[in-house]
Amino acid sequence: MTAPPAEAPEVLPPEAVDPLAGAPHDREAGFGGAVRDIVKGLIGPLLAILTALIVGALIIVFTDPDTLEAWGSFFSAPGTALSDSWDLIATSYRALFDSSLGSQRALARTLVQSTPLILVGLSVALAFKAGLFNIGGAGQLIVGAMAAAWVGFTFDLPQVVHLPLALVAGTIGGGLWGATIGFLKARTGAHEVITSIMLNFVALRLLDYALSTDTFRRPGRTDPISPEMPESVRLPVPIDSFRVHLGFVLALLVAWGCWWLLQRTTIGFRMRAVGANAHAARYAGMGVAATTVLSMGIAGGLAGLGGTTILLGSTPRLTGGFFASVGFDAIALALLGRASPIGVVGAGLLFGALQAGSTGMQAQTSTPIDIIFVIQALIILFVAAPAIVRTVWRVKETRLGAGQRFSAGWGAQ
Amino acid sequence: MTSVTTAPAPRDDVVEDTGARRHALTVAGLCIAVGLAAVVLFGLTATSDQVSTLLMNPRGVDTIPDVELPTQIAAFVLGFGAIALGVRSLQVVDPKITVFFGGALGLFALALVIWAARDGTGAFYGLIAGSVQRATPIALGAIAGLLCERTGVINIAIEGMMLAAAFGAAITASATGSLWIGLLCGILTGALFGAIHAVISIRYEVDQIVGGTFINIFALGMTSYLTVRVLVQYSDLNQPGTFRPFEVPLLVEIPFLGPLLFSQNVFGFLMFGLVAFLAWALFNTRWGLRVRSVGEHPRAADTVGISVRFIRYRNVIFGGMVAGIGGAWFTLGSAGRFDQNMTNGKGFIALAAMIFGRWHPVGALIAALVFGFSEQLNDYLALLDTPIPSEFLLMAPYVVTIVVVAGLVGRPRVPAANGQVYRSGG
Repeated sequence: MTAPPAEAPEVLPPEAVDPLAGAPHDREAGFGGAVRDIVKGLIGPLLAILTALIVGALIIVFTDPDTLEAWGSFFSAPGTALSDSWDLIATSYRALFDSSLGSQRALARTLVQSTPLILVGLSVALAFKAGLFNIGGAGQLIVGAMAAAWVGFTFDLPQVVHLPLALVAGTIGGGLWGATIGFLKARTGAHEVITSIMLNFVALRLLDYALSTDTFRRPGRTDPISPEMPESVRLPVPIDSFRVHLGFVLALLVAWGCWWLLQRTTIGFRMRAVGANAHAARYAGMGVAATTVLSMGIAGGLAGLGGTTILLGSTPRLTGGFFASVGFDAIALALLGRASPIGVVGAGLLFGALQAGSTGMQAQTSTPIDIIFVIQALIILFVAAPAIVRTVWRVKETRLGAGQRFSAGWGAQ
Repeated sequence: MTSVTTAPAPRDDVVEDTGARRHALTVAGLCIAVGLAAVVLFGLTATSDQVSTLLMNPRGVDTIPDVELPTQIAAFVLGFGAIALGVRSLQVVDPKITVFFGGALGLFALALVIWAARDGTGAFYGLIAGSVQRATPIALGAIAGLLCERTGVINIAIEGMMLAAAFGAAITASATGSLWIGLLCGILTGALFGAIHAVISIRYEVDQIVGGTFINIFALGMTSYLTVRVLVQYSDLNQPGTFRPFEVPLLVEIPFLGPLLFSQNVFGFLMFGLVAFLAWALFNTRWGLRVRSVGEHPRAADTVGISVRFIRYRNVIFGGMVAGIGGAWFTLGSAGRFDQNMTNGKGFIALAAMIFGRWHPVGALIAALVFGFSEQLNDYLALLDTPIPSEFLLMAPYVVTIVVVAGLVGRPRVPAANGQVYRSGG
């Protein structure tokens, strides 16, 4: 019982007083250091994913009419209920796995699915770093895709020129849409969450309108659909047997670029400084307003590029509501990736796999695709509230870190 | 200003004054622009012999005569009226000035309505009645939002709460055959999601916007999943029917306003009742004072012995219940069935209405009516074959909200502690 006083300092481990304990990406020493830190930080997200999958399994079981019937006779035949439930979960998740990672084709589908998720996720993550919550990914990717589509079907150019031009147009389109949010925030203090939600709907209506005009509507059609993108703007598929377009490589490069921008450039330092403490950044003489506009512009550009890779890759035409849901998936995966570029890549691959797998799951087991959104929502919750995961798994606080705050109230600037 | 070149000490009131001045000029400019637009777009494009007929009665009723107006003169009068409002607004002191812009926009809308009916007949009563109908869920959602935010809990989950409640109401009403039980279960579903939001944001201190995003995605995923999983197979679980309108005796006889306000289904009465009750209760009862004090300065409220967490829990759950009523409107008050993602962004319009209405129940109702009107105007114009793309009208609420939060027509005052976690003694 007589503890020597020399041991007293050990009561407080360094992590406990480190205010950035919940954000390991902020103290990385290099790209390798980032990887090391992420591996250390993986335990929380992994538990969150596991918990979400378990809750998802329970939902699958308790909404399946046949299995429910088995549970109805639980007291007469408890074995049936349990084995039926297990079979249902096993076949559902098995199908999910098989159609996302089980074969070369499935893996290719996963990588294609994750391409826009990574890019739009980077958009949300980069904005987080600058202290901005970009819910506007949906709008930005739509506007970006519209710009790219216009370039795609208006010009007739060789691929070397046409494809980069379309990619740039998509990036600029999304970038301008995002910069608008940044401008409104910097100039008038309008909260970015509200303006980006509103601009999402404006973008959706704008797309509806565009698809009703002769410029964007496919000739001879009355429904909202644009012409097919010509071959000269499509993202090439280098390997014939493994149908992943170059957009995926582009997404990885962009992720590296984001890491470089954030960690190795003055602009990135400014963004992080403004995100960490706008008042301190202003006091240090940084242009907070300009940084906000620039951050949202870059974030919007990334989302626009994400939308463009869908348009030039997997779905070469615009339709109403064009993949707006990716904008919301991106929020979940930026949270899951703890807003670090490499984390976003990992989370993007996971979500890509979930989405690629869910189609196969629905086909094979009649478990509807929408369960994926439930699981994604739960992942958001469990990542944002580590306390819940801690309670469930009885993990010590310091191993998971505290929850992160991403935004201030409506009125705060 | 002055030609003095020595740097004067910055004075707060001077800054205030130029800010107010600029604000007044903005409002006046917007009013005049709107008025000119009405004159040019509607007045100059109409000819002097065109006449607009506006139907003033619901179908089968004939209490007041329909209105016939010379289109061009009416458009000129309304347009110049808006310009006059702009000029007049320069002579008025802040902060009532925004009302002038509202008035100018109203005159512009009226000019549009009359212009669209030139050489034809516009269903004016139908337009207004439809606006009230469409405003009902928006106003309920906005009230749900302000109940939370007045205590300092941000609620962007109105959409998810309404969607979940719409689903819960539809299946319970179908299963029990009673619309009232359906409504009750809708309210309970809303309360459940309110409680989830409260626990996430108050107990677990999760960023409230992230928590709201979770609820929105979860509710959309869950209801879509259950629709495919259950409702497709058991379609009789998705036939709740709808509440019939109820007529208040005597009051319904009032021309125009009678059928408009006193012949509605239960949702309309609940909505108007809640607006009236909360407009009184928030500012005149002990409950309201506590709610507002917790939202403005939780530390002070705690110091005088108010339990910040309790007030917040109670209001967020109460807000969820109101969102539940709003959600039940979709299935039991309007469509008579549940469809995937049937709220379709109305929850976000409600959020916009809450901000536009400046966190005040009456403001929220007015905003909801404006947004409902801009939706209903589509149908009105479509019937008259007006060459205005409906997408732009549907965009209007969102653009208006951006204009409002950007402070172009006066900055809304947000509850000071909105979004802040409160730890007592911390």
